[in-house]
Amino acid sequence: MHMAHLLASSMGGIRTAGDLVARMELKKMKIDEAKRYVADKLHVSTLDLSDPTLMRLLREELDIGVVTAVPGVAKGMAAKIRIAELLGIEINSVEQFKKKTGLHA
Amino acid sequence: MKILTRMGDGSNVEFTRDELRKEFEEGSEAAAAKGKIPPLTENEYDYLVDMFAAPTRIWGVERGHEVVMTKDGCVNALNSSRMSSGVAAPVNREVGVRLFESMLGFDSMEVAHNDYSVKPQRFLKALEQVHMELLQETTIIPLLYGFMPNLGLYYRPDGAFENPSDLLQMSKIDEARRTQEEALEVCQQDCILMSDCMLEMGADGIDYDTVASTGDAEFYLALRTTEHVAKETGLPVQIGMASEMVLGFHGELEYDGVRLAGLWPHQQMKVCEKAGAAIFGPVVNTNTKKSVPWNLGRALTFVKACTEDAQIPIHPNVGMGVGGVPMFETPAVDIVTRVSAAMIEVGRADGL
Repeated sequence: MHMAHLLASSMGGIRTAGDLVARMELKKMKIDEAKRYVADKLHVSTLDLSDPTLMRLLREELDIGVVTAVPGVAKGMAAKIRIAELLGIEINSVEQFKKKTGLHA
Repeated sequence: MKILTRMGDGSNVEFTRDELRKEFEEGSEAAAAKGKIPPLTENEYDYLVDMFAAPTRIWGVERGHEVVMTKDGCVNALNSSRMSSGVAAPVNREVGVRLFESMLGFDSMEVAHNDYSVKPQRFLKALEQVHMELLQETTIIPLLYGFMPNLGLYYRPDGAFENPSDLLQMSKIDEARRTQEEALEVCQQDCILMSDCMLEMGADGIDYDTVASTGDAEFYLALRTTEHVAKETGLPVQIGMASEMVLGFHGELEYDGVRLAGLWPHQQMKVCEKAGAAIFGPVVNTNTKKSVPWNLGRALTFVKACTEDAQIPIHPNVGMGVGGVPMFETPAVDIVTRVSAAMIEVGRADGL
């Protein structure tokens, strides 16, 4: 059933910019506002955000994590540190990581 | 010409085009009458009839209208039993969450224990914390920690408090209210404990799921817990409901002057917003004796009443037996994809 919803209506997570838009919805932005915010930060259109061809290349260029297994590209926490900077938001796990590693300014 | 669609139990049924439209209209009018909200518009019926009349197996939203997915029940569909449509795959939740992120392309995920109720989860607090901590190191998508408040587990025979259902049968109404008030305090403490400890582990938010499954007392404690998390930590809370109407097992509980018993989805949304929730997940129950078009027309009417008035994102529940999806373990893709698209194109949902 998950696959049916994913095919019918999902942005596609880290295949596209779905994870970034989800982060903005968690900040109480509704879908249109969340998409506009992310699109502005990425300098693309809101239609581009759900395009796996465009976003696959852009995510690698921005080094914010890609869906396929590519050596050397940012993964996990490294990708989220870059996403927090890119979107200009605080990500809880990134803040906790900085505290643990003494990286807090 | 007959159009093939399904009933609320998943079985096949055929309608003419006019009959199909009437099903949507009657479903929508049923919701409008219950919730005192507007029914769907003529254009919306046109879209739905065209969608269901199309012979294609799969339907989808227009390109550019895609939304984000949030999830309840962690990876239960992978490694749990039939209760969660699970296939008991030999996959632990660390692997499962990674698979949902990469292979399925989920936009966000929830980390939770298989049992899913806060009462047993609190005994596994340290284990739950470590799994959240480890997953936060290795994943990119937002990860919420989730559980059901499930106040019912605090009553006898599972818990220490007298069962209000037993007391109500004996017409002990005051005693039934008192036991709910006492139990909700303990359940709320557990919900706050598990929420706070997960936020310290880097969780991106908390998902309270199946809220108000035991009625207004459970809804009340979930709202108070949400208020605590939102005010004390500033981190997001998603509230997913258990059913379309809050049952009045207590009957007198109010949140910010609003009586909780008997609230419909658009009214539930307003109190959740007030408590500080970041995302609200309305539920509309599927009637298995009615057709999917009837159920979907009804569900969309309630969801649209939420999305039109909400300041926060709305993610309607569209699992088995809710939102117009048939009450069946393996719902058919011809229906699930149509429900999925309709929730966005007609219901104006921000996510699912």
